[in-house]
Amino acid sequence: MKIIVCVKQVPDTSGKVAVNPDGTLNRASMAAITNPDDLNAVEAALVLKEQTGAEVIVVSMGPPPAEGMLREVMARGVDRAVLVSGREFGGSDTYATSQILAAAINKIGVGPEDIVMCGRQAIDGDTAQVGPQIAEKLGLPQVSYAAEIKKDGDTLTIKRMLEDGYMTIKVKTPCLITCIKELNNPRYMSVNGIFECYAKPYEIFDYNTLKDDPLIDPSTIGLKGSPTNIFKSFTPPQKGVGMMLEGADKATCDKLAGILAAKHMI
Amino acid sequence: MSNYNSAAIEEFNGGIWVFCEQRQGKMMPTSFELISEGRKLADELGSKLYGLLLGSNVEGIAKELGGYGADGVYVCDSPLLENYTTDGYTKVICDVIREYKPEAMLIGATNIGRDLGPRCAARLHTGLCADCTHLDIDVPKYKDFLRSASTLAPAMIDSIKEDDRNLKMTRPAFGGHLMATIICPRFRPAMATVRPGVMKKAAFDQAKADACQIIKPNFSLTEADLDTQVVEVVKAAKKMVDLIGADVVVSVGRGISKDVEGGIKLAEELAEVLGGVVGGSRATIDSGWLSADHQVGQTGKTVHPKIYVALGISGAIQHKAGMQDSECIIAVNKNESAPIFEIADYGICGDLFKVTPLLIEAIKAAKAAK
Repeated sequence: MKIIVCVKQVPDTSGKVAVNPDGTLNRASMAAITNPDDLNAVEAALVLKEQTGAEVIVVSMGPPPAEGMLREVMARGVDRAVLVSGREFGGSDTYATSQILAAAINKIGVGPEDIVMCGRQAIDGDTAQVGPQIAEKLGLPQVSYAAEIKKDGDTLTIKRMLEDGYMTIKVKTPCLITCIKELNNPRYMSVNGIFECYAKPYEIFDYNTLKDDPLIDPSTIGLKGSPTNIFKSFTPPQKGVGMMLEGADKATCDKLAGILAAKHMI
Repeated sequence: MSNYNSAAIEEFNGGIWVFCEQRQGKMMPTSFELISEGRKLADELGSKLYGLLLGSNVEGIAKELGGYGADGVYVCDSPLLENYTTDGYTKVICDVIREYKPEAMLIGATNIGRDLGPRCAARLHTGLCADCTHLDIDVPKYKDFLRSASTLAPAMIDSIKEDDRNLKMTRPAFGGHLMATIICPRFRPAMATVRPGVMKKAAFDQAKADACQIIKPNFSLTEADLDTQVVEVVKAAKKMVDLIGADVVVSVGRGISKDVEGGIKLAEELAEVLGGVVGGSRATIDSGWLSADHQVGQTGKTVHPKIYVALGISGAIQHKAGMQDSECIIAVNKNESAPIFEIADYGICGDLFKVTPLLIEAIKAAKAAK
């Protein structure tokens, strides 16, 4: 049994985000981190590994420096890592990305007992589209927003969160699951793990590795193969500065209430 | 590039469609929002607007969509569609789209919409833009939008060619630091999931609802098409707070940490005198002080109430992304350099535990004086 987990290296948008004058993101000024939801997917895979002895493999698409992130994920207990990297893949939207990642997962091979896992969404694009689109390209059933996963033989019982409650869903392997932060608390790297991670198998899949897969075609990957294009990108304006009221006492509050009343807001 | 890898997009002339999500036979509010927005887009395009409704015994709730602007509703009814399944809904929707060929398709960006949209777009080989907050067809209207909502230079906005007829789908990225307008020029339907609560619901028109056409497409769906089985659907026991529908939202942030219960109680009292509900920043949800349905912000709900009160919220960009379009923002914070004051209409620099009780009394008095 194998569990293949898709992970992405993303700029940390939780702190200060720097934007270049031309409206693009100044990535160089920001820390690169492993996408938070993806760490929940890794943790879920490691829990299943402890229960079943499954092999856990991480796959990431990105530039060569993403090796550092993949080594760190292996230091948490993942067995093997694959980096999908090539200039032909650059500029891919979610559709094209899912074609490429699905081809990479095909290369690793999805057997009848296997599971593919993803984080729900990455914090740079926030699309939550790549997981379901990989599932479609692989012809696997999908369960997204997983907050609880139980495995019994070839059947998984998954608690899938909704805004107003949840659904309990049963699905058989092979399948794809997208994970949310409520699922678990990701473990840290272990000291032994850090020692071992550089000895673990690490491969790069480039265009030549994947080109024989029917999913890999110039018309379906990279910038030219992406159905969506950016028409314009821009930064939103700051709202005009409002009024700072003087003081913080009864008079201040009476003044504010008076303004709201005069504007018929209360 | 424009002809590279293109589908025969001129064949897709079946109007603009809105996937109208229902749960347990009850229409989701976002369906009415998207029908209202879709009406405007269909008018810009000179096209028709249709709802697409899937479920079991749901025909009775279809016509109401006409009251918000739908010319017709495609109703796909089957016991197998009673609960949402990715496989069942995707199969039926893709089959119906291939037959009727809409130009564009809008889906509410709920947990279900964001599961369904990408699966359908991948199967149909078309583009999908996630979690949109603004939509345009006409370029002059889009330019007006950019003039008010972007920092682009006026000359740059003026230079945009006016003949583009693609659906222009605008969405925040990188936690709201950047906005991107996405088009899908070579494939149809252009697909978008749209953030709930952002598009405004139109006034309901009974005559239009009565005139709404019901269309029942042929489709096939059997048990064998379903690889996932819904064992149960559980509604949260506690009533969820309706942040999106509220006229007033009083939110609390990390500033209540020294007395969490007291801070929430003050927010509830203020919300009550203003006729609103209580929300919270991400910190209050992550700390377990409020349940997740209260979260305002990029990863929570987007609200635009008449009055938004921020008590002890610093105003991280993630939070601003969910509330900065409120009509009137009032902020109370001890730190005079808190970013929330940059977008507040009225700011009070002070301790929320001292200011809020005074504000409650002042508002009560002002209301009594009216």
